[in-house]
Amino acid sequence: MAEAATNIDRSNMKISDEVAIEIRGMNKWYGDFHVLRDIDLTVNRGERIVVCGPSGSGKSTLIRCINRLEEHQKGDIIVDGTELNSDLKNLDKVRAEVGMCFQHFNLFPHLTILENCTLAPIWVRKTPKAEAEETAMHFLEKVKIPEQAGKYPGQLSGGQQQRVAIARSLCMKPRIMLFDEPTSALDPEMIKEVLDTMIDLAEEGMTMICVTHEMGFARQVANRVIFMDAGQIVEQNEPEEFFQNPKSERTQLFLSQILGH
Amino acid sequence: MSDISFVRHDFIEPSPPPASSVGPVKWIKDNLFSGPVNSGLTLLSFAFIALVLYEILPWLIDSSWSPEEMSLKGCRAEVSGACFAVINERFYQFIFGFYPSEYYWRPSLAFLLLVVALWPVLFNNAPRQLLWLSAVYPVLAYWLIWGGTIWGPLLVLAGPAIGWAISAYGQDTIEAAIGEAFAPLVTLILSVLAVILWFLFCVAPIDGVLSSILPIGLTEVASDRLGGFMLSLIIGVVGIAASLPIGIALALGRQSDLFIVRSLCVGFIECMRGVPLITLLFVASTLLAYFLPPGTTFDLILRVCIMVTFFASAYMAEVIRGGIAALPKGQYEAADAMGLTYWQSMQLIILPQALKISIPNIVSTFIGLFKDTTLVIVIGLLDPLGLSGAIRADAAWNGIVWELYGFIALFFFIFCFSMSRYAAYLESKLKTDHR
Repeated sequence: MAEAATNIDRSNMKISDEVAIEIRGMNKWYGDFHVLRDIDLTVNRGERIVVCGPSGSGKSTLIRCINRLEEHQKGDIIVDGTELNSDLKNLDKVRAEVGMCFQHFNLFPHLTILENCTLAPIWVRKTPKAEAEETAMHFLEKVKIPEQAGKYPGQLSGGQQQRVAIARSLCMKPRIMLFDEPTSALDPEMIKEVLDTMIDLAEEGMTMICVTHEMGFARQVANRVIFMDAGQIVEQNEPEEFFQNPKSERTQLFLSQILGH
Repeated sequence: MSDISFVRHDFIEPSPPPASSVGPVKWIKDNLFSGPVNSGLTLLSFAFIALVLYEILPWLIDSSWSPEEMSLKGCRAEVSGACFAVINERFYQFIFGFYPSEYYWRPSLAFLLLVVALWPVLFNNAPRQLLWLSAVYPVLAYWLIWGGTIWGPLLVLAGPAIGWAISAYGQDTIEAAIGEAFAPLVTLILSVLAVILWFLFCVAPIDGVLSSILPIGLTEVASDRLGGFMLSLIIGVVGIAASLPIGIALALGRQSDLFIVRSLCVGFIECMRGVPLITLLFVASTLLAYFLPPGTTFDLILRVCIMVTFFASAYMAEVIRGGIAALPKGQYEAADAMGLTYWQSMQLIILPQALKISIPNIVSTFIGLFKDTTLVIVIGLLDPLGLSGAIRADAAWNGIVWELYGFIALFFFIFCFSMSRYAAYLESKLKTDHR
């Protein structure tokens, strides 16, 4: 497990009372398979939540429901005051406010890095091209790869691609960021650069939900860790308590397995 | 105990490779004589090529383009090789069919304009304004080749203009009338409807009136006088140009979540693909007349073009669907997650990549389609193959085979090979994955 930067500036990491995401009694099925069962979760603005759990526990599905890449069948999901239902207008609104990073980056290979970053602002937000490019360069500088702007994704390393993916999401000026195992497809050396970028984001007060196995990141950055198994939330707590003093047996077993070596 | 510790202090400078591993010597060694089996095969191949050339070259060299007497007999009297005199004599017929010779300039100009109109479509370095020519080219070429008054083509061109005008200027009026919510949709429906009504009910009568008042234009040439390579090119170019967009629409329709749209597309594709092209051509030449309202005169070549286009677009749809299916799911998800609409993600993300992947197969379909244009011979149209039959029926050229078919083959090869080279160029230009 790569250790992320140790000294974190917590001055901007304030959790407000304003609710960013509210999930009530949410259920999802894939055909007959009950993937998510009665999920209740409230995320306040400024929260940094790490979701962990064994594979197949539904953690990715959970965050993919938040921007409706997966459709839930029962219960409510309210993002930024907008309810996610079959209304496409609501959906577009939510998707423009919620940024997402994927395990396999999903950059567009036929566009340059800069074009990847300006595409959504130009077409969704109708930003003028010059302004979109300026914003894109700003965020590329933030993730420390402005010099790659003219290249294609295929020419970059995995860690660089994931940082571009983060910059691409940020260009939409999202209020919430979702991370779906952003470091799982990376070499150990590259994990750190991506985690550092995510820590920078957290330091600026971004509301984040991360599905990740980076327990070091969870310990340092998260204000809440959620453990899922068999499609339900088994335990959630502050990281300190969660790691030192797991209450449920299932959590203890999971932690002993991933921290055991 | 030996000392295993080692630290490198000075790094070795790069040096050029040895002479035997670069240049033509290396190429010959690697590619022709890399081992005993390969050396043997190389020698065998050279022998085979030499044999073929030995047989063909004398035939080509000892040939006659213009013997005293313009006939096969005249050739045979003078030379032992090929008798290209037939091509010499019937050259214009091969190109234009029975098109009146005083108007040869019209199809020639149309062909020239085709090259110009294709330039901005195929290459980036053309002035963008030329795209206007590409847009009006189909109507222009039709007018040049078939002739008639200028009004018909102008009225046809007015159709899209009317649609555009309604969608550009009508929206405010419609918004005021029915409110903002449905205005864009209603405007779209209205403009499409207006264009359809225009083509169905306005073009022909207005054309008739205007043409009788002010008959400016070109002399009409009947369809049955068209033939030769010109005919192959007309059908081929129409088929290629129209089958790509229709194929894309069908491919997207087949992937659609809307049941009716999907079923219609699947039905169309399967029906068109499941029927031999010759059957469709017969439908075009005979059956279609029964389905159309009585009195409709619908040009035979136009009907053939439509059928060939439908046939090719069914294949095209499947080729493009393959390209779309080859894209990882993550591309759709990333586009969705950014808030792009369906059409935006298709236009910006999915289709550019899917089409790029499908280029080799698309071009194969194009080449197949172009060669299939020779099938129109079965419904009596005089494509080059049809003409060759007619020429051989002439007593002067009775018995000539190789020269005619060789010439036709050369024509098709030039066009098909150009398409294949263009595809290769496009592929290398669009290559961004740097694998």
